[in-house]
Amino acid sequence: MALALGSRKAAATAPTALPVPPALRRKRRREAARTLAFLSPWLIGFGVFFAYPLLSTVYFSFMKYDGFRPPVFTGLRNWTYVFTDYPFFWEGLRNTLWLVVVMVTLRVVFGLGIGLLVTKIRSGLGFFRTAFYLPYLAPPVAATIAFAFLLNPGTGPVDHYLGKLGLPQPGWFNDPNWSKPALTMLAVWGIGDLMVIFMAALLDVPTEQYEAAELDGAGPWQRFRYVTFPNISPIVMFAVVTGVIQTMQYYTQAIVAGQVASGIIGGSGEQFEPGYPNGSTWTLPQMVYNLGFQRFDTGSACVVALILFAISMAFTSLLLRRKSGFMSVED
Amino acid sequence: MTDILSSAARVARRRAALQWVAVHSVAVVAALFFLLPFVFVFLTSVMTDRQALTSDFWPQHWEWGNYAKAWETPGFLTWWRNTLVYAGAGTALTVVSSVPVAYALARFRFRGRNLALMAVISMMMLPPQVTVIPMYLFWAKQLHLTGTLWPLIIPMAFGDAFTIFLLRQFLLTIPKEYVEAARIDGCGDVRTLLRVILPMAKPAVAAVALFQFFYCWNDYFGPQIYSSENPGAWTLSYGLESFKSAHHTNWNLTMAATLLVMAPVIVLFFFAQKAFIEGVTLTGVKG
Repeated sequence: MALALGSRKAAATAPTALPVPPALRRKRRREAARTLAFLSPWLIGFGVFFAYPLLSTVYFSFMKYDGFRPPVFTGLRNWTYVFTDYPFFWEGLRNTLWLVVVMVTLRVVFGLGIGLLVTKIRSGLGFFRTAFYLPYLAPPVAATIAFAFLLNPGTGPVDHYLGKLGLPQPGWFNDPNWSKPALTMLAVWGIGDLMVIFMAALLDVPTEQYEAAELDGAGPWQRFRYVTFPNISPIVMFAVVTGVIQTMQYYTQAIVAGQVASGIIGGSGEQFEPGYPNGSTWTLPQMVYNLGFQRFDTGSACVVALILFAISMAFTSLLLRRKSGFMSVED
Repeated sequence: MTDILSSAARVARRRAALQWVAVHSVAVVAALFFLLPFVFVFLTSVMTDRQALTSDFWPQHWEWGNYAKAWETPGFLTWWRNTLVYAGAGTALTVVSSVPVAYALARFRFRGRNLALMAVISMMMLPPQVTVIPMYLFWAKQLHLTGTLWPLIIPMAFGDAFTIFLLRQFLLTIPKEYVEAARIDGCGDVRTLLRVILPMAKPAVAAVALFQFFYCWNDYFGPQIYSSENPGAWTLSYGLESFKSAHHTNWNLTMAATLLVMAPVIVLFFFAQKAFIEGVTLTGVKG
């Protein structure tokens, strides 16, 4: 929209400053039409699948609406309900914070570690790279069910071998203290995306800098600290910020793990509520599902959706920052 | 003199050998961590019903029939067909609708271009749950299309933010001179894009097509919201979970089904490894 208005304004103000020859004006109009034509699929998509539903979400957040009877204006009641009476909100926020701190940190540390390892491997590189990358490709539902089996008390091989080694055998997905660590393990297993990004960044570090550091007598740790890290730190930051955004949206693995471990599959209105066991796997996106599709409380679901939106956009703006933004849109 | 040199060389060689051993030992341990889950899942998938309930590692009898049983479970074929339709149509529509947008954002100069790009990136980072309530009402109450695959497929015809962003990043690396040369040869914008730019952008197009195919194949939230009310419209991701609850003690059948869902993605990866890795690298490139 803005671009169409912009070019029309340019065409309208230009004649007062300098007479624009009609040929040039026609050319400009043709270029604007061409730009609009190329952008049109996305402009429609932006309106229908982003702008309209976002405004509608804001509207419904002030309405009482169960999907059947007509919506009624309720002021801020949905907002106060979510913050004070919805029993899972703060718990879900705490879980999300836990996941952001532990899961993102471990993923970045291990991703960097595996990336470094790959750059040092001399024999069997193809095999190792594929082995490290493969779990990233496993569809999340399939991977979660596989981990639910591996960690399953009694029949799961991981549980079995922990017992043989005399280590504790927690209930993992069935134990509120261990469900988030189990999900973290699943996330670290699927680290292939970060490995590839870090590998590319590490191979871009100029070798002369390593040689110079070695001549100065720098050991391996000092070479990493003073040569490698400063060179790849933008990519590390990128991985952290996108990791935080992804973790804010953590949904599929958490809800599937809860349903598989509890043995109850929840459809709309059925008994399973996310968060199993004992609320330990609640995350914000699951609350939108729970409120909107299981409790038919459209208004409160929209409140949580808007909170999710605000948090996501706050972190996205870090990526877009002009100077250090990794996705800075300046040329 | 030569003695000192050769002993220094020997020390260096010994250190290199030690490093080789250390690096490759760590690599083997890491490979075990990444691959053992697949091995366990596979070995359990060929156990008998009774053995699958134990914590045995190695199958006594190789029950290959488990795969046939999983495959013949009511609904499994329908889920496969639906997933292929969703992923196939979704990928094709996404690529066709995103290419012109990415090209305009990379090459055309117009007011509001940076704003449009920022909007693309914001949409890329937007969780689907933010807009799901109005979207569900739209598909269910206005168009009466929930319980079908249409609410999953139709939005793909209007460009996907991630695809647009990635393609734009790649198109920026193609020198402008090619476009100018094409214009001098009398090519219009559409011809330039189709005949000059697209052939050069083949690896990037392949990468985004793969990503989109995987996204659709793996999507759980979309099918859960829009098509779950009708079992005839379930996809593999959604159906697999109900498979687990229907066979809740038969871990062998569930593991066979799980591997059948993973297999196409892994096979596709081996065929298109290069395009895939290039695509992932592109996501981390500075804009």
